[in-house]
Amino acid sequence: MDYETFRHFSSSWGLVYLFSVFIVVVLFVFRPGSKKQYDETSQIPLKRD
Amino acid sequence: MISLGKMAIYGVVFVLALLAAAKAHDSLFAVSAIIFALASAIAIIVTARRTSFSTNVAQAVSGDEYLDGVVRAGMIATMFWGITGFLVGVTIASQLAFPALNLEWAFTNFGRLRPLHTSAVVFAFGGNALIATSFYVVQRTNGVRLAFGNLAWFVFWGYQLFIVLAATGYLMGVTQSREYAEPEWFVDIWLTIVWVAYLLVFLGTLYKRKEPHIYVANWFYLSFIVTIAMLHIVNNMAVPVSFLGSKSYSLFSGVQDALTQWWYGHNAVGFFLTAGFLGMMYYFVPKQANRPVYSYRLSIIHFWSLIFMYIWAGPHHLHYTALPDWAQTLGAAFSIMLWMPSWGGMINGLMTLSGAWDKLRTDPIIRMMVIAVAFYGMSTFEGPMMAIKAVNSLSHYTDWTIGHVHSGALGWVGMITFGSMYYLIPKLWNRDGLYSLRLVNWHFWLATLGIVVYASSMWVSGIMQGLMWREYDAQGFLVYSFAESVAAMHPFYVIRAIGGTMYLAGGLIMAWNFYQTVKGNKRNEAPMGVVVKAA
Repeated sequence: MDYETFRHFSSSWGLVYLFSVFIVVVLFVFRPGSKKQYDETSQIPLKRD
Repeated sequence: MISLGKMAIYGVVFVLALLAAAKAHDSLFAVSAIIFALASAIAIIVTARRTSFSTNVAQAVSGDEYLDGVVRAGMIATMFWGITGFLVGVTIASQLAFPALNLEWAFTNFGRLRPLHTSAVVFAFGGNALIATSFYVVQRTNGVRLAFGNLAWFVFWGYQLFIVLAATGYLMGVTQSREYAEPEWFVDIWLTIVWVAYLLVFLGTLYKRKEPHIYVANWFYLSFIVTIAMLHIVNNMAVPVSFLGSKSYSLFSGVQDALTQWWYGHNAVGFFLTAGFLGMMYYFVPKQANRPVYSYRLSIIHFWSLIFMYIWAGPHHLHYTALPDWAQTLGAAFSIMLWMPSWGGMINGLMTLSGAWDKLRTDPIIRMMVIAVAFYGMSTFEGPMMAIKAVNSLSHYTDWTIGHVHSGALGWVGMITFGSMYYLIPKLWNRDGLYSLRLVNWHFWLATLGIVVYASSMWVSGIMQGLMWREYDAQGFLVYSFAESVAAMHPFYVIRAIGGTMYLAGGLIMAWNFYQTVKGNKRNEAPMGVVVKAA
């Protein structure tokens, strides 16, 4: 793979791939039921000294 | 038996280091090897003195008891290296204003002291703060002792040895000339070993956690450890000129080398000075305010968007160079996008205080944390703006950049560290509060005003410098010579040195407060937030 092909691949499919991974992460964060779990997790620092 | 094995390993290292010193290709390498041999000799003696040869088995440490000695040592090291780094900073700032202070001696020359300053504040002060607080936070948020016994102590002392090797090297003139990665190849290898041990301790502790979920502060710390390992290894790929010599050459050349350097350089800012200290923010701000983080969801999105975007921002350091145009544009675009996660994180940190804003009046530690997060917001606004190519054409290579870096380093990194340390010191030494909250307030104002003086003088000086460099007359000739722009900056250099001195003074007050707190003293003073009536 020469430089030009590699560069085009990175800025097209590479970009699409990373962006969709990111979107999946965001969707996952807002999944149903996440609120309760995150509320619990956010209390962790206050539990122990 | 374990300590005998340890002593044997240290002994082998000692002999090898002595051999390396004897066979060294140059005297600079020999000095580093002797320091290394001395360190291993000390390790042998300390291990031997601590070894009990009696058959009575000492009481085993329970798995729940925290390993806090290493955190206490880390606090002392952070304080010590912080004062050292600030002092060298004031020294080189004064050298720029008054060149006679270079003393015409190679060891005190600006060129050698400058990497000493940057490494002392970033890696010695910041690094020790990160290692110590990460060890504290990972134990508290997972409810377990640090993994792998005393490996954490090896990380601590190994890291101090790295700092000493790097610092003595700079003074002697050993450098590979890569910004924020000046140590030569043999010091880099040592840091790699220490860093792998650090990663093992951190991962091992997470692995045996008692909580079902890993609290977000640990994610930030972990991303800092993993990414710094990757950056350090790739950026330091080099070929030594001789096997036992202090000089090496980079594996890359030309613009590839420059891009590797700034991919490292900017991500050192992103993952060392940002992600790691965000880990601090996500634990110590909720602790000091005694309320959970404003939005845990936002903290996760903050984390992933920061990770996804920071890694691409490095090329903005190479605008208008031989770097391909598309790469420059990519760097600028990602830098601008970074504004979003950065401000998301800032809002999350600040809003954690919603409903507790009255604490700002009575608690100078909270005040310190709030100003830290505010400076995080300011410098992450300024950074993307400076990454825009048009702005960069004015700002690049000028003092504006220095001002920007210091508003982030003194404002964000310094203040969140001070705030976390003020929280930690009484806890770690089992004291009922600090020696004096009023002294914390003094520290707060000296540091804050010091940063304002520093940053604003550099804005004026930097923009003036940039405008003077690009000033053409009607015939197309440059109006100012370079030396004229240097002369014009003199007053601002003096002001900057004053700002730095104020920041250093705040640090000294903190060291005094630290010392008195550990001694168990309490200063007789009116509580904060109470108006003292004139008699």
